[in-house]
Amino acid sequence: MSEPRRRAGNTAPTSAERLQRLLALVPYVVSRKAVGLADTADAFGLTERELVDDLNLLWCVELRDPDPYCPIDLSYEGGEIVVSQAESIGRPLRLAVDEASALLIALRMLADVPGLEDRSALSRLIAKLEAAAGEAAAPSTQVAVQVDRPSGDETVAQIRTALAQRRRLHLQYYVPGRDEATERDVDPMRLLVVEGRTYLEGWCRSADGVRLFRLDRILGVEVLDVPAEVPVDAQPRDVDQGLFRPSDDDVHVVLEVSAGGRWVAENFPTESVTELGEGRLRVQLRTPDTQWVRRLALRLGENGRIVAPDDLRAQVRDDAAAALAAYAS
Amino acid sequence: MSRRKTERLLSLVVCLLSTRRYLTAEQIRHAVAGYPEQPEAFKRMFERDKEELRELGIPLETGPINPLDGEDTGYRVQRQVYELPELVLEPDEAAVLGLAARVWHNAELAGAAAGALLKLRAAGIDTDEAGPDTRQGIEPRVHTTEPAFGPLWEAVRDRRPVTFTYRAAGRSEPKSRELEPWGVVNQHGRWYVAGRDRDRDAPRAFRLSRIAGPVRFSGPPGTVTVPPGIDVRELVRTGDPGPARENTAVLRVRPGAGFGLRRYATSTEATSTDATGTEITVPDGWDTVTVPFSEPGFFADQVASFGADVVVLEPPDLRDAVIRRLKGVLAGDPA
Repeated sequence: MSEPRRRAGNTAPTSAERLQRLLALVPYVVSRKAVGLADTADAFGLTERELVDDLNLLWCVELRDPDPYCPIDLSYEGGEIVVSQAESIGRPLRLAVDEASALLIALRMLADVPGLEDRSALSRLIAKLEAAAGEAAAPSTQVAVQVDRPSGDETVAQIRTALAQRRRLHLQYYVPGRDEATERDVDPMRLLVVEGRTYLEGWCRSADGVRLFRLDRILGVEVLDVPAEVPVDAQPRDVDQGLFRPSDDDVHVVLEVSAGGRWVAENFPTESVTELGEGRLRVQLRTPDTQWVRRLALRLGENGRIVAPDDLRAQVRDDAAAALAAYAS
Repeated sequence: MSRRKTERLLSLVVCLLSTRRYLTAEQIRHAVAGYPEQPEAFKRMFERDKEELRELGIPLETGPINPLDGEDTGYRVQRQVYELPELVLEPDEAAVLGLAARVWHNAELAGAAAGALLKLRAAGIDTDEAGPDTRQGIEPRVHTTEPAFGPLWEAVRDRRPVTFTYRAAGRSEPKSRELEPWGVVNQHGRWYVAGRDRDRDAPRAFRLSRIAGPVRFSGPPGTVTVPPGIDVRELVRTGDPGPARENTAVLRVRPGAGFGLRRYATSTEATSTDATGTEITVPDGWDTVTVPFSEPGFFADQVASFGADVVVLEPPDLRDAVIRRLKGVLAGDPA
């Protein structure tokens, strides 16, 4: 029937977008009596010059009814904005459905986040926003983001303690790719909730780098009586770029899977996925450690095969042959 | 962006908010500067302006007016409908609000979250703008990398049926589906849409990443009814493998290996007996591990992934399933 509306890219604001801003600017000032130009520009993500242009535009509004008059009166002398006459736009426009939904969906998700202690503030805020949004709040209940709760809130509690007291943690951590339970000391940085899972981000003292630890793979945790020492130049991961980023040293792996192995493309970070027809896919990925790919290939059985590199392919053959030999005896 | 257009739209909003009675288009043309004299040109511009105000969520009302004015439709915006109701937040509530607004970050509803925050700040609320490290060291994020998310949210919001091409798990051929969407749910980091499948006349859930190509609306807004009492999260959850581990496997596991299986073991022994009571020879140091499992196919996949480190002793069908997978590796990749 029709194509859903596409949003414009990151271009100059349209008249409608600027109007939206102007309708927020007047009440922003009115509700605070008087505000500084610099602070206001900051709050609206504008330069002072752009803000002054907005203020001039507001001041220039003229209605003829039938005699001309100016409904909005304001001044910004000495860097302080005062609105003395706001006519009918002294209050902000009510929340649109998308706006109310964005906040309410996020808040209800936060209620599921392990270790978030402000549950009372959360429920009070949800109730207030629902009341303020009125009908616009209704569609938000049709969207839900669920967060997996790692078994044992004890782990979360320990990590929270370490974060709050800035202390070092000792972790027993399972690495499935290598089928190993590892022991390591970690200086915690923060808890991340991404893609429905909770991770501890911290400075791993064994790896000498920032690492993510999935909470459901933490087998044991102990808060050490040692202060955490996160190096000042430790960079928290920009999770919006994806949790796992390939590096130039990584091995380039090419896999082909049949329809029964398509889940691979949905479950692992890939570089490219190509349809080969009949539901088959060619999947390309980069990884620093091919151990898990060998295990993946065994798991896939006839539903997948390694195309490249050759040595990995040979390893998988050997793995399968060795495993079969154990059944033959 | 045209400054004159912004000025005109702003004047129009103020004009419509300032009136109690409905104004005719002609009265509006007189009051608001910037409209052309020529009637057809005015009409076109006024129509577009009304559409823009509605898209911004400005509650533009139409109503009857005195026919002596020569027109039959008038316009106004009621202040109590336009205005955000009074809203006062405690400091701890405002702090949580800041955290919630960051959840979408670069995802689909990020713009909407920013818009909401702007209005709340305009209402006098100061949100927590401190850096990511303050809020108890927790950073929750939602991603919407699936292109189908935007249109499906619009469809759910506006209660419109949709069509799309879907490739079910393990199926080679994608099929066209028509759905009355009831809701969108993110589970284990993945988005699903649930609703009434029109072709099957039954509730179904679809994974957004398996939707190929565009999502199209197949009906006007307001034509989908969500049955009362429906929990879309439940509809999505039924697709999950159950957590119950009702089957039991006996495995021979190399020392120091098979940790992912040992985690769930009910017993780990140095020796074992088979079903007839005969003692099974276990190589030096190897353990016999008893593990409960739920879905046989999934468990066979998992066992196969350990290669020669794990050998199935019982049950026989699990043993065969693992052997089949291993042979499949060799068959799929002839040397």
